[in-house]
Amino acid sequence: MMTNYGNRITQGQFSFLPDLTDEQILAQIEYALNQGWALNVEFTDDPHPRNTYWEMWGLPMFDLKDPAGILYEVNECRKAYPNHYIRVTAYDSTRGWETPRMSFIVNRPKEEPGFGLVRTETNDRHIVYTLRPYATERPENERYGS
Amino acid sequence: MTTTEQTAAGTVSVDLEAELRESNVEEVLDQLDRELVGLAPVKTRIREIAALLLVDRLRRKLALSAETPTLHMCFTGNPGTGKTTVAMRMADILHRLGYVRKGHLVAVTRDDLVGQYIGHTAPKTKEVLKKAMGGVLFIDEAYYLYRPENERDYGQEAIEILLQVMENQRDDLVVILAGYKSKMDRFFQSNPGMRSRIAHHIDFPDYTEDELLAIAKLMLAQMNYRFSPEAEEVFRDYIRRRMKMPHFANARSIRNALDRARLRQANRLFANRGRLLSREDLVTLQPEDILASRVFTEGAPDGTGHEAGTGTP
Repeated sequence: MMTNYGNRITQGQFSFLPDLTDEQILAQIEYALNQGWALNVEFTDDPHPRNTYWEMWGLPMFDLKDPAGILYEVNECRKAYPNHYIRVTAYDSTRGWETPRMSFIVNRPKEEPGFGLVRTETNDRHIVYTLRPYATERPENERYGS
Repeated sequence: MTTTEQTAAGTVSVDLEAELRESNVEEVLDQLDRELVGLAPVKTRIREIAALLLVDRLRRKLALSAETPTLHMCFTGNPGTGKTTVAMRMADILHRLGYVRKGHLVAVTRDDLVGQYIGHTAPKTKEVLKKAMGGVLFIDEAYYLYRPENERDYGQEAIEILLQVMENQRDDLVVILAGYKSKMDRFFQSNPGMRSRIAHHIDFPDYTEDELLAIAKLMLAQMNYRFSPEAEEVFRDYIRRRMKMPHFANARSIRNALDRARLRQANRLFANRGRLLSREDLVTLQPEDILASRVFTEGAPDGTGHEAGTGTP
């Protein structure tokens, strides 16, 4: 991907920027809390763009008032899965929305091998393209060297 | 920065008065004086803490670094002396002074912290701590956390997690422990780590007869009632008798007594239904509403034993 140096995956908000610092993460969480959204920490080691349902780190945090508690969970998750992708999602339960309103990555593996392009030839010399993360060649939990 | 100015000599001066006005803390302290009767030592200590935090803020403006002071507190005192009420105010004061970010109060007891089986306690305690972050965690009857008679009790685990957070995340939350003096002392004896991490031990004195009467009037005013002049005298007598009886719970006993007086007043009004009632009738408590209490007739408090426990906010 030409605009994306170093094979960094780009999903959710801020993913073209350098990694967020803890202070920036706190500020984003603060914003979400002020909007009345519930925050949730999720992790995965399958970076495919169609992999929308990541593993949940605990339950969504509906009743926290302060960002420090959520950053604490992020850090706990980082400790347990230092080489996974971890993201923070803010869910808006307002009727009519009922959907995540924010989602941003807060932790990535040290090495991101990126994606291979798979060309499948079908009838009449048509070609179907798809992406395949190199990391998923290996079984779960062994994909990023841990 | 409005409060920092260069003076002619080139030294920087800061305006304590302006800072005080800006923080609005004076308003809360005045409210505390107005709405809480008595409790002189408690109010003095709260003023001291407020002053310390304010001066600390000014020092920070002049880049005089100082470690953020520990503000974990322990409130000891008999039931009904206003520990929970003050804790609630404390959260507000600390918020106005910028010491805690949100200023909410999370009140918990042993049940909310200690789990029922192995591995249940740590997540439970952490959950509560996370909820309290940015505010004040109020642990009522904290001595129940530690049960020396049962060595497999999980309370110890909760205490350890608590200590760790109290030490490492001082910026994130303030912990206030509350309980009766004697039991609290025993708790600290067996947990010296806890004692040393709490900077402020505040003792809530019992109320005097006059203070209790003032509290009663304040409570009635809030409920839009008042005593008739004779009823006030009778209630003073009631307080005097009640204070000597077992299970006297200071302001809480007064509140219960007033609730029962209201009940009797309603009953009295209902009994002579024949005539029209004025506004005066509806708001006034008469001596007979109070005299009907068992404190006068039998020399025993109504509902014995039910008001000595601690209340919830």
